[in-house]
Amino acid sequence: MTEASPPENRPAGPPLLPLPPSPCRDCLSPGRRRFLVQLSLWLGSLAAALVAIPSVGFLLGLRRPTRVWRDVGAVDQFALGATVQVAFLDPSPLPWAGVTAQTAAWLRRVDANRFLAFSVDCTHLGCPIRWLADANLFMCPCHGGVFYADGRVASGPPPRPLTQYPVRVAEGRVQILASPLPIT
Amino acid sequence: MLRRAWNWFDDLTGISAMLHPLLFHPVPRARKSAWLYVLGSATLIVFLVQIVTGIALSSAYVASSGQAYLTLLFISGSQFGAIVRGIHYFGASAMVILIGIHAIRVYLMASYKYPRQMNWLTGVALLFLTLGMAFTGQLLRWDQNGFWSAVVAAEQAGRTPLIGNWLGHFILAGDTAGGATLSRFFAAHVFFIPALMFLFLGLHLYLVIHNGISEPPQAGRPVDPRTYRVWYQELLARDGEPFWPNAAWRDVVFGFLVVVTIVALAVAIGPAKVGQAPDPTLIGASPKPDWYLLWYYALLSVIPRWSENAVILVAPLLFALALLLLPFAAGRGERSPLRRPWALVIVAAIIITIAYYGRLGARAPWSPRLAAPPLPEAIVGTANGPVAAGALLFYQKGCEFCHTVAGYGGIRGPDLSDAGDRLTSEQITTRIFSGAPNMPSYRGNISAPDLANLIAFLESRHMLPSLPTKQP
Repeated sequence: MTEASPPENRPAGPPLLPLPPSPCRDCLSPGRRRFLVQLSLWLGSLAAALVAIPSVGFLLGLRRPTRVWRDVGAVDQFALGATVQVAFLDPSPLPWAGVTAQTAAWLRRVDANRFLAFSVDCTHLGCPIRWLADANLFMCPCHGGVFYADGRVASGPPPRPLTQYPVRVAEGRVQILASPLPIT
Repeated sequence: MLRRAWNWFDDLTGISAMLHPLLFHPVPRARKSAWLYVLGSATLIVFLVQIVTGIALSSAYVASSGQAYLTLLFISGSQFGAIVRGIHYFGASAMVILIGIHAIRVYLMASYKYPRQMNWLTGVALLFLTLGMAFTGQLLRWDQNGFWSAVVAAEQAGRTPLIGNWLGHFILAGDTAGGATLSRFFAAHVFFIPALMFLFLGLHLYLVIHNGISEPPQAGRPVDPRTYRVWYQELLARDGEPFWPNAAWRDVVFGFLVVVTIVALAVAIGPAKVGQAPDPTLIGASPKPDWYLLWYYALLSVIPRWSENAVILVAPLLFALALLLLPFAAGRGERSPLRRPWALVIVAAIIITIAYYGRLGARAPWSPRLAAPPLPEAIVGTANGPVAAGALLFYQKGCEFCHTVAGYGGIRGPDLSDAGDRLTSEQITTRIFSGAPNMPSYRGNISAPDLANLIAFLESRHMLPSLPTKQP
């Protein structure tokens, strides 16, 4: 029983209403027709834009470039010349970020009040580099990039020296300027 | 009764009028190559498997950078959770493999020629979207590997000229890999890419019906766009058969075997291991992609350094461009692979490249073995004196992470098990001081007594049968 059922199968009922004759098939004047087509296209696009602009804007705008000084400990807790790993909060941590709100850096006390802080991200593809204390080198586990203690490239694929974070000493505390992930 | 109910439903929905051409459209008899036509439908079946298991997983997964890892452990530990994860994991692998073989089959049989160019283009889109799913999915495991995959992805995008920095941070959805990063990849994996896949899949299937499934190629029967459609309709009228069930039973049988294999692997082997927590301060991580991207990871490790940006950015674009131009550059003519020997060469080259670099990526000889233990006394041969001190330095100075001695250590640099046989102390000193493109220079980084001990140790390395070596 599809739409092709013959009319004689219909149960008896009121006769079909006669339709009033239409004066023309397409009664729009060419000008009016063009106007209505344009109107529909513009209104449709406008509605789409009204939804798309805030949605795309939101997608693009999640980044808030900030730099924040983060405390990583008292000056005295760092031995002279030693390179140690320190952890601190991201510049813009989100409440639900959990452990990922943390960032690590390699911190070295150069003298009484001077520190160097290196990003743990290899400048090749961002893998976390390790400090080999006895060898005085940083080594990347991914493609074997090696950096000297001052961050210069020693060997392997890294194109640039290690990124450094600014460090300051304020009231006996060491502070690192937490910055966006260095994308090189 | 049932029949009447169906008729009523069909009258209101017109469903049989819609399904009839889908099920019973005539297809050319494929005869000997009939089993080659099951790959596309098998890919579709695995896609359905991924949707079902993906929805199941999403009911417990929390797309939060701080909690996703915990929910993954929870899923893995709950009843059927590990199996569902396993099915999703092996399903992803199956989908990558099947869509790859499907594309190769279509290329070898030149089914992309007139009038099926759009079939090919929508298929290319689906191929790239599938790889996108594979990458984002691996990342959603959100252990250390997942976390660092996001960082590496951002760094790779960062190589783009001009907008690189912006693009990298766009991928991370913030300044650093943190709170918003995982949500972005989750939205891509669960909404954005699947939506595009549905779109292209719908087009792809529509085009299969619209243009008809390609007939098996025959050498000496080239495609001529002026006559092809008429000829094809005559072929169908003369030698066609309804898709269901004459041809479709093979799709069902093969699809069944694929699904059984996936589930069996999921039960027997289980899902991918969840690594350590995605804590950026646990820098013991050695991130590595899942197998289907290992070849790319390997390629990036072996290419000359100057070509790196070109390979990261330009090569994928060129490959995509070649795939997109193919059906227009070669839209007519011979279809049989026997008449297109270069097609066989290209396919062989691609398969060999992926297999070779995939294997290389699994071994990752360029990755230093940072977990290597100090050499045991049995290998060193003594516990005292300069040789023992040198052996310890060999470990402490990082030499061992790249150089093997008697089976211990890395394989990035030359094996030094027989250094004493082939290198003089002058040669060793020169190399230690000067370094090499892949070896740091130790000038100013090693004291004279340490150097003497290290050389004493290396000069004591001989390939004598009496020397014990590490048992595999």
